[in-house]
Amino acid sequence: MNVAVALLISGLVVLFVGQNPLEAVGYLVSGSLGSGEGIGFTLYFATSFMFTGLAVAVASHAGLFTIGAEGQAYLGGLGIALVCLALDKVVPWYVTLVPAAMAGMLFGAAWAFIPAYLQARRGSHLVITTIMFNFIASSVMIYVLVNLIKESGSMAPQTRLFDAGGLVPKLGEILPVDIGTAPLNISLFIAIAAAVFVWVLIWKTKLGFEIRATGANPAAARNAGIGYVKITIVCMLISGALAGLAGVNILMGDLGKLQLDFPAGIGLVGVAVALMGRGHPVGIAVASVLFGVLYQGGAEISFWMPNITRELIMLIQGLVILFAGALSLMFRSSVYSLVDLFRFSKREA
Amino acid sequence: MQEFLTTVILLLSSTLRLSVPLVLCGLAGLFSERSGVWDIGLEGKMLFAAFAAAAAAYQFDSAWVGLVFAILVAVLLSLIHGFASVTHQGNQIISGVAINFISSGLTVLLAVGWFALGGRTPQLQPEARFPTVILPFAEEMRPVPVLGAIYADLISGYNILVYIAFAAVPVTWWVFHHTRFGLRLRAVGENPAAVDTAGISVDWLRYRALLCGAILCGIAGAYLSIAQSAGFVREMSAGKGYMALAALIFAKWRPVPVLFACLLFGFLEALSIRFQAFDFGLGPALSTQIVQSLPYVLTVVLLAGFMGRAIPPKAGGIPYTKER
Repeated sequence: MNVAVALLISGLVVLFVGQNPLEAVGYLVSGSLGSGEGIGFTLYFATSFMFTGLAVAVASHAGLFTIGAEGQAYLGGLGIALVCLALDKVVPWYVTLVPAAMAGMLFGAAWAFIPAYLQARRGSHLVITTIMFNFIASSVMIYVLVNLIKESGSMAPQTRLFDAGGLVPKLGEILPVDIGTAPLNISLFIAIAAAVFVWVLIWKTKLGFEIRATGANPAAARNAGIGYVKITIVCMLISGALAGLAGVNILMGDLGKLQLDFPAGIGLVGVAVALMGRGHPVGIAVASVLFGVLYQGGAEISFWMPNITRELIMLIQGLVILFAGALSLMFRSSVYSLVDLFRFSKREA
Repeated sequence: MQEFLTTVILLLSSTLRLSVPLVLCGLAGLFSERSGVWDIGLEGKMLFAAFAAAAAAYQFDSAWVGLVFAILVAVLLSLIHGFASVTHQGNQIISGVAINFISSGLTVLLAVGWFALGGRTPQLQPEARFPTVILPFAEEMRPVPVLGAIYADLISGYNILVYIAFAAVPVTWWVFHHTRFGLRLRAVGENPAAVDTAGISVDWLRYRALLCGAILCGIAGAYLSIAQSAGFVREMSAGKGYMALAALIFAKWRPVPVLFACLLFGFLEALSIRFQAFDFGLGPALSTQIVQSLPYVLTVVLLAGFMGRAIPPKAGGIPYTKER
């Protein structure tokens, strides 16, 4: 319902800039779901969004609204790239994968730690500090890429290409599916495992109970002996680690190198995905696929209709956040009153 | 001596120029947050207003029309924010973040759709921008030592929006402390139930506070695109809205300290532009990155409360529900 309204308004905007929205929808659907390759790209994007969506969701269960997944994914990518550069010529990919993923999680968590600490101990506004940390991350990464790990002899701020030992297999290579050149890779399974992990963590463990208690009522949780500082920091560390994992999908699964601005907004999509999925892993999986469709379809649209840019996706995200997050109560009450009306008229009859 | 004075004056006058959007947004945030509505959407409102100003100024060849459109757009976005977070009691932070997303997407989308220049608006002609105001006797004063240079180069010679921004500070102070509206506005941010009991509509008061903020945000946006520069560029607000919020917290939600906090941020930005490759003895490359991220780092440091604890308005962030 909320998503439908968001899409409807986006359609109006397309109309407003003088383009045919139906044509746009056509490209959107056929580009993202119309071919094996399209589906491959859609699921590839969805994999990244799963990680960042889960990252935002874990924090939100403790009542923390984080926008830092972008910077955490970026820094996580640095950790992954360092491991890949060190090991890719020595050992095969399945040996590299574990330490690389660990490094990604470690770097992502480390980047989340300072805002978490400041929120827990000093009451700094988490939303603002995480946004600032996204800006700072981009400065840090420019410096690191340009001055420390740039491929020698190349002008572009990026590392050298990873060797086979730093690349995870694409699904088209190991499974009998035809996804063309789509970079969908085994990270999809890691993302699914991460979703299961989050589900178990939040709903099946003591820590998860404490997280939810803190999110529901921090004061009551504190009185029940749950440490606010501990929960805040632990949640943000898990969140940062999940965001950091996204780099496995993008760097080891597709790019094969670390380059400037590689997260390209996935952390921000994560905010929308988490809100749309209501913080539940299943909902997040569904929302990720939907945003995968939008991303891949959006790329198709901007290819065929040059007056529409990929920022259309940004707009749709904003509308989804508005309707699914801030205005979620609006529809609920109007649906209720509809139901009431229906009941009332039945009773009359 | 003369050279030193010139450098200082240049630095200070660029500090003033760079603080303008921060001051306007900071005051805008002050209005809405003192009334109990968090406003993370300042950034988005300013960005969209900047686009509206540039587009309208280009279309009608008039800076004033641009300003009007900028304010209208900011008001519209504020109404959305109010609709979601006051009327429907949604989460104010989420609603503000949504406004930021919508603005950064829609501005580029519309810019490309209408002007097809890769997300910018066409270069504006001088008549579509705000001209520089030369205060009376600026040239005549110039020969006077020290004072003349200060008057001619530091006080005179900005566009009208700069003067509006700095005039807005005492006006805001006066509104907050010497009008019935200001008193009620502060009250509704601390104890909305009391205001409600007194028979004053909490929602309407908060809407009015948001509208005051929207007007200031609109001016800030217009300043970015049609006074400071000659057109809209994508993401031209570059985190200024968030920094204004940080300044607001740093200033403990009081108008005059907001001015000084914003001037501090403006000064840092001026420094970082002036000393782009300032050498900290760590190599030029590292220094550039440090200087560029300095405002962001400083924001985090200030927010960490090293300047004493800031206590926000008590009812901030909590939608008001009338007792039933």
